[in-house]
Amino acid sequence: MRMTRLIGAALSRAMAGLGRSAFTATVAIGLLGGALAPSTVRADASDDVVAKFSTDRFPDTEKAIQDLAASGLATGPAMLDALNANQLYFDPASKGVYFTNAAGELIVARTGSKAEGVAQARLKKVRLNNSVRGAMQAAQGALSLMSPDPAKRLVGAESVFKSRDPASLPAVEMALKAEKDAKIRRAFEQARAAVIASDKSQDELNRLEALDFIKERGDQDAASLLSTISAANDGRVKASAEEGARAIQSRLALWAHVQNIWYGLSLGSVLLLAAIGLAITFGVMGVINMAHGEMVMLGAYTTFVVQEWIRSHNPALFDYSLFIAIPLAFVFTGFIGVIIERCIIRFLYGRPLETLLATFGLSLMLQQAVRSMFGANNREVGAPAFMSGAFEFGALSITSGRMWIIVFAIAVFVGLLLLLRVTPFGLRMRAVTQNRRMASAMGVDTNRVDALAFGLGSGIAGIAGVALSQIDNVSPNLGQSYIIDSFMVVVFGGVGNLWGTLVAALSLGIANKFLEPIAGAVLGKILLLVFIILFIQKRPRGLFALKGRAVEA
Amino acid sequence: MLFSRRSMLRATSAIVGGAIALSSFGAQAADTIKVGVLHSLSGTMAISETTLKDVMLMLIEEQNKKGGVLGKKLEAVVVDPASNWPLFAEKARDLVAKEKVAAVFGCWTSSSRKSVLPVFEELNSILFYPVQYEGEESQRNVFYTGAAPNQQAIPAVDYLMSADGGSVKRWVLAGTDYVYPRTTNKILEAYLKSKGVKAEDIMINYTPFGHSDWQTIVTDIKKFGSAGKKTAVVSTINGDANVPFYKELGNAGLKATDIPVVAFSVGEEELAGLDTKPLVGHLAAWNYFQSIDDPANKEFIAQWKAYTKNPKRVTNDPMEAHVIGFNMWIKALEKAGTTDTDAVIDAMVGISVPNLTGGYSAMMPNHHITKPVLIGEIQGDGQINTVWQTSGTVVAQEWSPYLEGSKDLISDWRKPLSCGNFNVKTGKCGGKS
Repeated sequence: MRMTRLIGAALSRAMAGLGRSAFTATVAIGLLGGALAPSTVRADASDDVVAKFSTDRFPDTEKAIQDLAASGLATGPAMLDALNANQLYFDPASKGVYFTNAAGELIVARTGSKAEGVAQARLKKVRLNNSVRGAMQAAQGALSLMSPDPAKRLVGAESVFKSRDPASLPAVEMALKAEKDAKIRRAFEQARAAVIASDKSQDELNRLEALDFIKERGDQDAASLLSTISAANDGRVKASAEEGARAIQSRLALWAHVQNIWYGLSLGSVLLLAAIGLAITFGVMGVINMAHGEMVMLGAYTTFVVQEWIRSHNPALFDYSLFIAIPLAFVFTGFIGVIIERCIIRFLYGRPLETLLATFGLSLMLQQAVRSMFGANNREVGAPAFMSGAFEFGALSITSGRMWIIVFAIAVFVGLLLLLRVTPFGLRMRAVTQNRRMASAMGVDTNRVDALAFGLGSGIAGIAGVALSQIDNVSPNLGQSYIIDSFMVVVFGGVGNLWGTLVAALSLGIANKFLEPIAGAVLGKILLLVFIILFIQKRPRGLFALKGRAVEA
Repeated sequence: MLFSRRSMLRATSAIVGGAIALSSFGAQAADTIKVGVLHSLSGTMAISETTLKDVMLMLIEEQNKKGGVLGKKLEAVVVDPASNWPLFAEKARDLVAKEKVAAVFGCWTSSSRKSVLPVFEELNSILFYPVQYEGEESQRNVFYTGAAPNQQAIPAVDYLMSADGGSVKRWVLAGTDYVYPRTTNKILEAYLKSKGVKAEDIMINYTPFGHSDWQTIVTDIKKFGSAGKKTAVVSTINGDANVPFYKELGNAGLKATDIPVVAFSVGEEELAGLDTKPLVGHLAAWNYFQSIDDPANKEFIAQWKAYTKNPKRVTNDPMEAHVIGFNMWIKALEKAGTTDTDAVIDAMVGISVPNLTGGYSAMMPNHHITKPVLIGEIQGDGQINTVWQTSGTVVAQEWSPYLEGSKDLISDWRKPLSCGNFNVKTGKCGGKS
């Protein structure tokens, strides 16, 4: 009696789930015929697929994802998205599977309808590990091949290229037929080639042809795939893949030099940003300012405060947070700079040792002040959309953040150069630093110029901090890691010369990046320092020495 | 009459020791038991150590609410060694000799620990050291509540070699250039080779402290990983350098499903300063995660958030180590019935207290504790979810069996052996083999 009821329930569920065609109905009736065998007492296929998510075991979850992708269940894509966002749940007691949608509603995974009367507190998250995540990306890739969004199709092609799952071949071929966009077509072709080339059951000629498509791609991923194929095969496929991998690697080796130059420019621009404020306070004014790094740090914290404010008050502005932070950081650190100059430095002109000690003490005080206010931990400064991600240029992968920092460093440099060359303030500043007494006799208020010049140097350090917050830790120790490098750049470039700072920063950056692959990061840095010591022995005034009487004074 | 330098030293230490014995008698009469907290509150290490100071203050406060121990209240004595290794030794001397603390909880870096070791030995006091370290040490006066390499590094590598972890065949060992990464990598390299990994499949890379430009290294890793074998990175990169490293990984699009990075120094605290969305799936190996679903852990987290009055504060592994160490010490005091150093040291071995991951940790004769090893994956919200763990707890191998110099050494501080580096081949205490 009980058995019959069970079978009846199973049957009606099967009818509800699958009963779209006469065929399934026949199967269901057939099942009823053999109903005495207990193994047939089971839910329909979609229930089965979904139920596998509830075992809380990684291999089951992985299998469930593959089955889900193959089943074509209507809620499949939504379930995968939820899983990706860690929002797929299961009920340990009833084995039901649920997910939350964008609106935060709990949805029954099998039917796609709203879940009623389910206590979310009782549900457990379906856990992920890297192999589950890999399977999920492959499944999502295959599902997004027909997506109306071109970017999603491209991502889909890329994940099929990586997963090389033979099951996704029909989907790729179908998508390829429908695709109009040339770039995405190429990605589809490569994805298809990757599947065929790694599938041993395919015809050899087909596979060799597929290998050519992969060779054409010519990047690190292609080389990686070709080496995998050459390791797993023999005969002509192996030979062809091996030759292709070798050709790509040797081409990439040439690109490696271009890449080193680019990385060098990037490192150089960071050095330039860190040092350019010091080129004013130390280079032009002659103040050994050990608190320079802390000005950079304060600039970075300004960015953090601005972003926090935006996050809590107006999240839509987030992408503009850096543009808001730049002027604020300049004004804030510039103001601090003026105060430091008025209260400490002006009593110490011409006494380098005392200045060094005083500013070193000041740097410790500023660090501890920030530590007390914001805590010792790193603070999270987010990257706006235009600064995250990377793009390809030839075989070169360029990260957007780094590129914008190069642009920004050059803009700051040009701006500062113009300020010193064409504005009246620049003229007065140069006059004061070249011959203080003469400038004073000409009616220049030297005290005011000193204060403003120090403020300018500090302000520039502050905006450097805004940029550095994108690539480094925002912690009270941020400044310390840049102070040595900044002095190195200014001394190497020649004290009192902005062009010297530019050339020194870029050449040190590039030299560092060419040394790093050969000597390692630690030894590379030591070699560079040794070189600078030797260079300074030979040319104590740096690369671009100022000439004339002013220097002797 | 001639004094040799050594006998002079002995005489002096006898006098100092006598003075301490006398004055500690005075301290016994007082109505509090002092606990030293030796963590940097300023300088580079403040980032990690300040939290541990707060945890100690919280634990002491909680214990006092329960009525203290041995009928006395506890009193914290906090000093700031300012991330300066020689200053650690000075402050430790202050704590023990001047403040007469019954035990000290402190240190983070191995350098600071090495700096205070002679002080604790000479003045015969107790140090609880809460951080995972490179091993190759066992001292009578020190209790190591952090992980030895076999309680963190080796299980992590085992996991990656297994099918669950992706059957990794090629390894990048990347670390900051100092003693912990160098020793750990030496152990790992020997271990990997013993598992049949060829030398060309291991890439070792060191970077300076606070390294911030990772472009070249990330590119190298990408290239090393494109040889057609599953590749993973084992990172012993220290503290501050991690943030730019992970940012660069994210920017370069190196996903955990391509080349996973397993880190030994990255915990919830470090992730708090970072957007973790591009890092989802990268791994961390520890003995505790905040995400552990256990009543004791939930209670501890709630206590911590209430104590710091910050609902966003995270907990991490060295914090748990202090919790375990502190609870063990309280039990040892109760067992010994006194704060006398020798009695407490003898009482410590064999004490077992609940840890925060749902099991028990015991103090072993080598002065290290038993720990479960957890491998977790970084989540988008900055938490770490366990994906694998050892079935029980693991006993620390303070002397690595994979290093030539230490494979014959054992440590057992119980009488009658009472030796931290007993050589089982020569049958003698002391010295490397």
